[in-house]
Amino acid sequence: MRDVSIIGIGQTPAGEHWDRSLRHLAYDALAAAMRDAGVERADALYVGNMLSGEISGQAHLGALVADFAGLRGAEAVKVEAACASAAAAFRQAYIGVASGLQDIAIAVGVEKMTDDVGSKLTAGLASAADADYEVIHGISFVALNALIMQRYMHEYHVQREDFANFAINAHANGVGNPNARFREAISREAFLKSNMVATPIGLLDASPMADGAAAVVLCPTEQAREFTENAVRVAGSALAIDSLSVHDRRDPLWLQAAETSAQKAYRQAGVGPQDIDFFELHDAFTIMAALSLEASGFAGRGKGTWLARDGEITPQGKIPIATRGGLKARGHPVGATGLYQIVEAAQQLRGEAGDNQLANARLGMTQNIGGSGATIVTHIFERVH
Amino acid sequence: MSVEIARHWRLNPQRYQLVGEECPHCGHKMFPPRDVCPECADNSHQPEFKFSGRGEVFSYSTVYNPPEGYEDNAPYTVALVKLEEGPLITAQLTDVRNDDVQIGMPVEMTTRKITTQGDEGLVIYGYKFRPQLAA
Ligand SMILES: [Zn+2]
Repeated sequence: MRDVSIIGIGQTPAGEHWDRSLRHLAYDALAAAMRDAGVERADALYVGNMLSGEISGQAHLGALVADFAGLRGAEAVKVEAACASAAAAFRQAYIGVASGLQDIAIAVGVEKMTDDVGSKLTAGLASAADADYEVIHGISFVALNALIMQRYMHEYHVQREDFANFAINAHANGVGNPNARFREAISREAFLKSNMVATPIGLLDASPMADGAAAVVLCPTEQAREFTENAVRVAGSALAIDSLSVHDRRDPLWLQAAETSAQKAYRQAGVGPQDIDFFELHDAFTIMAALSLEASGFAGRGKGTWLARDGEITPQGKIPIATRGGLKARGHPVGATGLYQIVEAAQQLRGEAGDNQLANARLGMTQNIGGSGATIVTHIFERVH
Repeated sequence: MSVEIARHWRLNPQRYQLVGEECPHCGHKMFPPRDVCPECADNSHQPEFKFSGRGEVFSYSTVYNPPEGYEDNAPYTVALVKLEEGPLITAQLTDVRNDDVQIGMPVEMTTRKITTQGDEGLVIYGYKFRPQLAA
């Protein structure tokens, strides 16, 4: 297996792009990543996306985006794993290059959500869950996370207020990210007063939807220097699954797929959680941030909110998370989110994170979650320059 | 039979009677039925197991922004119910005020209208759970 590095990154702002369609958004990010890498062709293109069929009436994104981007020579395919689609697409590109079958592979995540902000979007998002045994009962995607959060608060004697720090940290960091959908800090009072969507999840526990696209270019590490002085090495890559539905989990309060994929990634990278300098986790809801920290080895069971309470998740803390705003403030363009996380991690490791730049960041981890925990993709990246 | 109706018709044993399965190898009781036991990977024919319909609230959430087709009852409370035979099941609660729901509350299955779907107004019935009536 060959060692693999990221040699180019690109993204569009996450937000409402009334004037840009799916293919335009994908091309904007992809072209930016190719310019950044200085490549004009690719052997393969992997398109991460969840909702194009439901929202845009468009399937078959591999061919659509490759053709639109002038990449007819490349093999191209869409990768779908609900909200984990983009990191899953990245992993396919990684496997392509690591295997030796492809020298230049591009992963782009793209989502167009604002063309339908009503029932089609709600139904589309819910389709990540079990249609016959969860969704049929009037369970929205928010409600599934709410069931987990309510039980979590009960078992671990945690209050809703204890989750506020996740949202406050994300929004504070989002201020410094020009690509974030929301660039305003929020107060504890605003968090506590926010309207309930599905108890105990309020509006400020939840990440906002957005349109957006993000992309990276990969090549073998031994060739990376031909393209850039700023390569970021893929030190660990893993994807794990758990039951699709929450009710089939052995323990609904434990993200088994996060533990499994994180442990595999740690092993491949030869590191442990104590070596990770920052963590771009999947804070679609505040409860997911807590569960992700616990299953990935940063906090004990039921103690994810303690890390947040003690300030350890801020840029000055032991394990900074959501350093560019996370899903909560940057926005959550579902099938693109995993590549936003990876692009943001690469920015930190390249020293290009602007107002959010961490000092001496050498190892960064990303974790992208599909559904309520069914598909979880964990990556570890290393600064090499 | 339209394909939409078939999709729901084939689930009738589950929706009306909580018919699941019991693994002949390890005894694991499952709802809904599966072709392969998630605990021991046994894939031989699994005998049906009818759940009693009694259990307790494991977790709950009151939904204020319902999906399309569920607006009539909103806000309503959904729950993970722990059946007395073991499995968790996802369902709506009924015959109880949203504010009165608590974790640990004993509940039992009842059959109700779940939703009306599609242009033809297909009405879907199935299980909900209500507080157990005092014996
Ligand atoms: Zn078994």
